[in-house]
Amino acid sequence: MKCCLVVDDSKVIRKVARRILEEMNFQIMEAVDGQDALEQCLQEAPDVILLDWNMPVMNGIDFLRSLRERAEIKQPVVVFCTTENDMAHIRTAMEAGANEYIMKPFDREIIEAKFSQVGLM
Amino acid sequence: MKPEDFQLLSDLLKRRSGLQLSPEKGYLLESRLTPLARKRGLEGLDELIAEIRNTRDETLMRDVTEAMTTNESFFFRDNTPFDLFRNHVLPGLRECRKDRKHIRIWCAACSTGQEPYSLAMILKEQQATLPGWRFEIVGTDLSPKVLDKAKQGVYSQFEVQRGLPIQLLMKYFEQTGEMWQLTDQIRQMVTYKEFNLLDPFDALGKFDVIYCRNVLIYFDQPTKTQILDRMRAQIPADGTLFLGAAETVLGITDVFKPVRGQRGMYIPADSPALAQPAAAIA
Repeated sequence: MKCCLVVDDSKVIRKVARRILEEMNFQIMEAVDGQDALEQCLQEAPDVILLDWNMPVMNGIDFLRSLRERAEIKQPVVVFCTTENDMAHIRTAMEAGANEYIMKPFDREIIEAKFSQVGLM
Repeated sequence: MKPEDFQLLSDLLKRRSGLQLSPEKGYLLESRLTPLARKRGLEGLDELIAEIRNTRDETLMRDVTEAMTTNESFFFRDNTPFDLFRNHVLPGLRECRKDRKHIRIWCAACSTGQEPYSLAMILKEQQATLPGWRFEIVGTDLSPKVLDKAKQGVYSQFEVQRGLPIQLLMKYFEQTGEMWQLTDQIRQMVTYKEFNLLDPFDALGKFDVIYCRNVLIYFDQPTKTQILDRMRAQIPADGTLFLGAAETVLGITDVFKPVRGQRGMYIPADSPALAQPAAAIA
């Protein structure tokens, strides 16, 4: 079973994502911000990270840049999942090492399509 | 709904589009035609049916047909038919058509354009390896309304997220407010025509590849057979046909054979590939 780390400061979004991803047969870890996510990645490397952009403590893009610099972490697939829905943010995310990008709101169909494109399905 | 009303609408749809409406799908008439009735200032479906019966108005009958057709579509739908095109069909055509350097593709019932544009993006991505080649993609549909949307190439955030890889969105779309506009370089690769699959195909010309996915399921068996047999006449022996995942030629026609291990991909029964042991059919 593949493991997905859901990183979002919204409890509601984490709950919705968990429900969808569990139905897709993923094991779920949760983090409330980028710092929390980075600490968890050092403990246990997930296969994929579903990553919000705007979060307190450490935002999604800073987390991603830190993650991609850490040679000691087995690098997971990173799929941004954010309300930032403009081309500038998408380019920034992809340049920082994201593998896919979901613009909120999302549903199961979109997550499945995006996960399929990065070889997770 | 009264049986005679169901019969009137079902006959109209069969005659004009080939669409086969079974009695258990009668609820679709209510759900799809009631908004049309309201749009025309009528009370409901009964009044709409009365108007069809009394006036036989061409515009009304076209609107009814259009409202009843299913137009769901998304980019790279089901992935496999596009992977097969990129990895199997295109390399084959590169060899077989190297003298002509011209590939023609027909997307039958292309709806709002996502299928032909997906193919156009694949071809554009491969263009560096095919210098001097011409690609022609023809998208046809019964509905002028969906063709208008296809021609515009403007899609919502929801539509561009269903199947379109983010790299292709970045490369071939521009954001206009809440919508995403496909760039001219891709739009210009596709031409659209209003076309009914029950009509003769001759005027469309010949094709190397035909995509006719998730259309035949709406037709009865004799209609499926005659459409597939006529499609065979539109492609050469080394051409390819793609059908939807829930569709098949088996038990419907012998002019196409499925390609083993390649879901949804069919080749003519007299294809030269079938003479080679490696290309055995299912």
